[in-house]
Amino acid sequence: MARRSSPEVNAGSMADIAFLLLIFFLVTTTIETDSGISRKLPPIEEDQEDVVIKQRNIFTVLLNGKDQILVEDELMDLVDIRAAAIEFLDNGGGKDEDACDYCKGDGDPSSSDNPDKAIISLKNERETSYAAYISVQNELVAAYTHLRNVRAEDLYGESYDGMMKNYRDVNWPGNKTKLKEKINRLRKEYPQKLSEVQ
Amino acid sequence: MSKFNKKNKGEIPAVNTASLPDIVFMLLFFFMVATVMRDNELKINNQLPAADQVEKLDKKDLVMYIYAGKPNSGYQAQYGTEARVQLNDKFSEVSDIPAFIYAERESKREEVRPFLTTALKVDKETNMGIVGDIKQELRKVNALKINYTTRIGDVSLN
Repeated sequence: MARRSSPEVNAGSMADIAFLLLIFFLVTTTIETDSGISRKLPPIEEDQEDVVIKQRNIFTVLLNGKDQILVEDELMDLVDIRAAAIEFLDNGGGKDEDACDYCKGDGDPSSSDNPDKAIISLKNERETSYAAYISVQNELVAAYTHLRNVRAEDLYGESYDGMMKNYRDVNWPGNKTKLKEKINRLRKEYPQKLSEVQ
Repeated sequence: MSKFNKKNKGEIPAVNTASLPDIVFMLLFFFMVATVMRDNELKINNQLPAADQVEKLDKKDLVMYIYAGKPNSGYQAQYGTEARVQLNDKFSEVSDIPAFIYAERESKREEVRPFLTTALKVDKETNMGIVGDIKQELRKVNALKINYTTRIGDVSLN
């Protein structure tokens, strides 16, 4: 009549099994996310019309096979590119309908009309190293970001970087539609017109 | 008096390890959830250049990876030291890229296909020639959103 209680399962090796799995996942884990410079390639168009762009609205950056940087046919160091690009983009030398009321530049008539018209043309040769190319891309993107930051401070009292950070933050309590509108306005005032010549 | 004499005198009781499996399981679940399996074995040198104006690529399932760089020392005898393209697990030609892109698109759900991004993981020693060729192939198949994957750091490190 004695009820035999079933023997208890020995759970001593449970920890070993769990450790084994843990170590497996530890080894295969990559937690970090990739980051990089996002670009959009131009689509291939069948019949391309030649658009006439005034020479003063183009800022040519050429990277030659020896990784030397030629800006408007003059040799320049990497550290000076950002300032040169900012000066070019924010020049605002246009008149009448091309006038730019928010530009802070000198208004030099031989430089760009307004940020919307200003195009940076980046050209590289086959022998250019990828590291140099990325460095220049980075500096040019930094120039645009700087201008957007300054403009955002003027308009809304916060930086463009901060606004982008808030926009991506899921827990941000503010109004995202309004924020998106603000961001779009900044992007429209300083559009990234970076052409890559093949 | 025997009622009060049960405990061993002076001996330290063993630490109870019954909750050890629980703790380990907790860690295990954390890593299981946070894990992304390494799906590609790199056969090339892949030292990425540094940049600081970067955006995060957080939706990993919407990214296609194209690697380029010099073959690893183990593969140099077979493939030479000239920069090569790696798609998935094998060395490929630049002309294989359209087929790769189509295959990747096919494997994704239809509604997310317009948001696919191509991440170019290119070694910093590589010449721009091969990168230009890759970009040209991508334009042909209308895969226009690209991301030059970089390390985060100052450009002076390049």
